Amino acid sequence: MFRALWTHLVKDLRIEWRSLDAIISMLFFSGLVVVLFSIAFDPSGVFSQRIAGGVLCVATMFASVSALNQAWAREIRHQVLDAQRMVPAPGAELYLAKAIANFLFVTIVQVILAPFFFIFYNLHVAGQGWLLALVLPLGTWALVGNGIFFAALSIRSRNRELLLSLILFPIFIPALLAMVQATTNILTGESDPTLWIKMLAGYDIIFTTASLLLFDVIFHAE
Amino acid sequence: MKKLAIGLYAILTVALMIWAWYQAIYVAPNDAMQGEIFRIIYYHVPSAMVAFLFFAISLVGSIGYLASRRNLPERAQIFDAWALAGAEVGVVFCTVVLTTGPIWGRRAWGIWWTWDARLTTTLVLWLIYVSYLLLRRFASGPQMQTLAAVLGIFGALDVPIVYMSNRWWRTQHPAPVFGGGPGSGMASSMLPAFGWNVLGWMAWGIFILILRYNVERKSQEIAAQEAEAALHGVSSM
Repeated sequence: MFRALWTHLVKDLRIEWRSLDAIISMLFFSGLVVVLFSIAFDPSGVFSQRIAGGVLCVATMFASVSALNQAWAREIRHQVLDAQRMVPAPGAELYLAKAIANFLFVTIVQVILAPFFFIFYNLHVAGQGWLLALVLPLGTWALVGNGIFFAALSIRSRNRELLLSLILFPIFIPALLAMVQATTNILTGESDPTLWIKMLAGYDIIFTTASLLLFDVIFHAE
Repeated sequence: MKKLAIGLYAILTVALMIWAWYQAIYVAPNDAMQGEIFRIIYYHVPSAMVAFLFFAISLVGSIGYLASRRNLPERAQIFDAWALAGAEVGVVFCTVVLTTGPIWGRRAWGIWWTWDARLTTTLVLWLIYVSYLLLRRFASGPQMQTLAAVLGIFGALDVPIVYMSNRWWRTQHPAPVFGGGPGSGMASSMLPAFGWNVLGWMAWGIFILILRYNVERKSQEIAAQEAEAALHGVSSM
């Protein structure tokens, strides 16, 4: 049933395991963003609690764009992309495999980055910290699920690296808002993040469904 | 005949807009709370209505293109031209909304901008359709039409989510003037001016939309002819 998905997923994970290209570049880039924001805004006390959620989400967002571009660009060499188009398996499985692989990469980056983040911004969690384990994966999936879709959409255009950011970020705005609000609410403990978590989940369901349904259309567009 | 019809329609539109301008500036009374600045509603709201209508036309065009691109290529081209014209003219009217809004807000609320539900939704809508136009510029060939149609559908999916998320976040924009519950509605002395302006701007918007649609159809024809000519050039060699 999911054989194509499994094959693609194992292939992508193996490539990443051998090269570590995506994880290392994302890790360094998002670390840089965290340091730069920290210098630019000189966060301390309550103020740092308030902006930390936003900085973490924006850092993840910028960093993941490089990995998302690579996800398809690496298939162009040796006409792999054309070969994948001719495979009789449904494109949705390919899409899901790519999305899951990149979701894992971004999650690994977040897990490694989090301790540094807490140190640089002198954070302490005032709300229910375990909810972060729900918010971050949901937000990451919103980013990566849409990102892989739009990267496939922009892969055959001029300026594809820029174009991905240009079309991904406007669509991602509501998810970013929900992710930032939920994270900030958890860190400051001032209000209940449940509504925002529900919204993130709804966003994920709607856009993942749309991506699965429309992926074949853009993948075979000619 | 077609040219005559377009010319007549243009004259009618201009006359309608002059009449609507006269109504808005001279006939309609000042607002009880806001005074003169309130008259900007006669430009702000009609432009918003036109923009949202044209984005809807663009969405219908995108869906129609995707549905008919395999079996009815000629009809698909027509749908695609509507999708492009709707998005492009819609962005222009949306820009008018986003320009008149802050001018009004500065006088009425004392601030240029606030991240409220309707303002943010309109801005995000504008961003999405600008990115749609950029995609059409950067990609090329018939695959571009398919990709743009998909992006158009994604953008439309995003709009209600943006709206709801911002309503939960914060809201500053007044409740809808029309059909917004008790206390809403417009004074009857202002209604004619408002109606004429909606009519005038709608007629103007449709005029531009049709022109843009015709231009796009022409360039599709030229592209098809060029492709045909290139094909003959190859076969005769």
